Amino acid sequence: MDALTLHRIHFAFTITYHYLFPQLTMGLALLIVALKTVALRTHDPDQRERYDISARFWARIFAVNFVLGVVTGIPMEFQFGTNWSEFSRRTGGVIGQPLAMEGVFSFFLESAFLGLLLFGEKKISRKLHWFAAFMVFLGSWISGFFIIVTDAWMQHPVAYRLMPNGTYEVTSFWGLLMNPWAWLQYAHNMSGAVITGAFVVAATGALYLLQQKHVEYGRIFLKVGVVAGIISCIAQIFPTGDLHGKYMARHQPAAVAGMEGLFHSTPGAPMVLMGQPSVEKQTIDNPLVVNKVLSFLIYGTTTAEVKGLDQIPRDQWPSALPLLFYSYHIMAGLGTYFAALMVVAGFLLWRGKLYSTRWILWPILLSFPLPYIANTAGWMTAELGRQPWLVYGLMRTSEGYSKHVGPETSLFTLLGFLGMYSLLSILWIVLVYTAIQKGPKAPVVDEGHDAHTLTTA
Amino acid sequence: MGTLWFWIVAAMLTVYVVLDGFDLGVGIVYPFVARTEQEKRQAMHAIGPVWDGNEVWLIAGGGTLFFAFPLLYASSFSGFYLPLTIVLWLLIVRGLSIEMRSHTHDSVYKTFFDATFFLSSALLAVFFGAALANVIRGVPLGADDYFFLPLWTDWRTGPNPGILDWYTVLGGVLALLALALHGLLYLALKTTGDLNARSSAWARRLWPVIAVITAASVPATVIARPDSLVHYQEHGFAWLAPAMVVVSLATIMLSLAKRWEWRAFLGSCFYLASMLVGAAAGLYPVLLPTVGSEGHDITIARALAGPHTVRVGLVWWTFGILLAVLYSATVYWLFRGKVPEHTEGYGH
Repeated sequence: MDALTLHRIHFAFTITYHYLFPQLTMGLALLIVALKTVALRTHDPDQRERYDISARFWARIFAVNFVLGVVTGIPMEFQFGTNWSEFSRRTGGVIGQPLAMEGVFSFFLESAFLGLLLFGEKKISRKLHWFAAFMVFLGSWISGFFIIVTDAWMQHPVAYRLMPNGTYEVTSFWGLLMNPWAWLQYAHNMSGAVITGAFVVAATGALYLLQQKHVEYGRIFLKVGVVAGIISCIAQIFPTGDLHGKYMARHQPAAVAGMEGLFHSTPGAPMVLMGQPSVEKQTIDNPLVVNKVLSFLIYGTTTAEVKGLDQIPRDQWPSALPLLFYSYHIMAGLGTYFAALMVVAGFLLWRGKLYSTRWILWPILLSFPLPYIANTAGWMTAELGRQPWLVYGLMRTSEGYSKHVGPETSLFTLLGFLGMYSLLSILWIVLVYTAIQKGPKAPVVDEGHDAHTLTTA
Repeated sequence: MGTLWFWIVAAMLTVYVVLDGFDLGVGIVYPFVARTEQEKRQAMHAIGPVWDGNEVWLIAGGGTLFFAFPLLYASSFSGFYLPLTIVLWLLIVRGLSIEMRSHTHDSVYKTFFDATFFLSSALLAVFFGAALANVIRGVPLGADDYFFLPLWTDWRTGPNPGILDWYTVLGGVLALLALALHGLLYLALKTTGDLNARSSAWARRLWPVIAVITAASVPATVIARPDSLVHYQEHGFAWLAPAMVVVSLATIMLSLAKRWEWRAFLGSCFYLASMLVGAAAGLYPVLLPTVGSEGHDITIARALAGPHTVRVGLVWWTFGILLAVLYSATVYWLFRGKVPEHTEGYGH
């Protein structure tokens, strides 16, 4: 394989793996705040105790995922320099800004308040402990924002100028942060993260109820998971997904045509529910379509013409077209399933039957890996859609990699990361599985990592 | 503006070395000074709530370097590709060792994570020292401002150096021992009982070795890069840094003799900080010097990002870093005091 391909696989692999952790921690952070809020506001001491224990349980799971998110996140910052040095040299004056802001504004806040959330419960007041949970939530969501500002600039560059030495500079700081693409993508991405958090919490609740273990916590988890799930699943489709799609159609028509497998411009374009795109024949095999829906979704009328790939120069077609098509369809298909499942569960919750209805507990339990797949597919849709551009319309991917780092070296470190990350996966599964098996009320005998001063509590 | 950002980045990396330095140091000395499970737990408790916050200074410092000097970031990170990737792997192993050790009760796994914690901490110290020595010595920059260094060559400095030569190995050894001392002094400060006594005793033994290597590093640097003294000759006040190194070393020695734990640790903080400031003063206004014939030094002026970027950056950076200092100080204050010998488990 050539150097460019290996550098791309290298980055794609490490970032895809990394994003398994933040999507859960960003979602969980919000749910922990919700649990802490209920605990703070309720007057019934038993109820309060149960919600506090629930929050503590999820904070422990949060911590494991947070550590994995941090250790797999540091390589991402490094790789801009190591594997994509020409990209860094030319665009560092722009994207270096949000990346540095993430470090300065978010990581310090998260690491400090996570310490308080985990180790400080008996040292600080209940309100301050709630505040610590809130700051961890804030930190993780600010972190996500700066990363998406960075990505949004690559998707839809704004507020820049070209300098004489070929590098880019920010012309307006607010312009960079207020990039409309960033806000649309952020809303869509964060509701995706809440979906992951909600499904993991709800699935744990379903497991406890099916096992008849930790039943009172199972109910809390299921209730919180389903309520958060309904809100986030619906928000994921409308308005965030809808608006993001419309904006994308205006600014990245090639990406949208690739996602939909639309090889020819069509008035009243249909939406392809399933099918296999063939780039060579420029058709979709075995298509299952709904007529005129695509035109309606993008332009609000059933007759509007949607731009197909035939209007786009061949050298600007998304380079991995079938993969883009499948990523988008997996994301959209799973998103629809999530909304349906959560709405049915929500109906049963409202009728007071959710906790005893086994036929709904099973799919809730088994669906917990699916949001990970959907979020990964969503990111692949965004990033494959941007190809062949590294910065849309400004810089091609083939211009950005480190030309002095040969394919051999890149392959070597890619294999190293593969090995290291497979070990991480085993450790992660063992840790999370053990924590969930032990349940929320398990006596904590964890030592070595925690704060010494707690012994005085 | 460029000079200001040079010192901001230097300051952030210095804070990183001083803070993460002590928890790396604890990792280096931990197998030697903590004998029983109780003592190991005590040592771990001493760094538990703060180590990941300390590491954030590296990430934030790296991010700041990226945005202020993109050319330097691009050139040095791709040039030091392999050692930096190894640093990443070591950071991953180390973070996991600390986290995993706290989640296991089996002595076999504890022994394993103790070993990986020690090895990754020690190797990180060596790599960081060698990395700084590489920057001081210079790299063979090409006409396009890029380079690619082999991991090792004939161990000689000169026009075609490798990442490891006699000078950078010296830098690695100095960093390893200096951080070991830093970790010992931190443990002495934060613990009681046998662990405290053993840490102080080891620190007293290590001190003369550090003094000798520190003294040797000055002529070594001048041999490896004669230009190091240019800035010192032009700006007399730069000599304050080496003077501070001597004062700090003396403070450590005196405090060790008098059992002033706080002063000894602070002495070590100042020792590390003044060594780094001294190195930065020797480099200024160059960021990455070149050796060999082809390229020219990457200077502050050439690497600095555009004027709007660095102007706006100064505003948010000042604001953000004040907040960061506030959070860190709060955590240190909340977890102040010594770790008692018999720590009970609590934790998350």
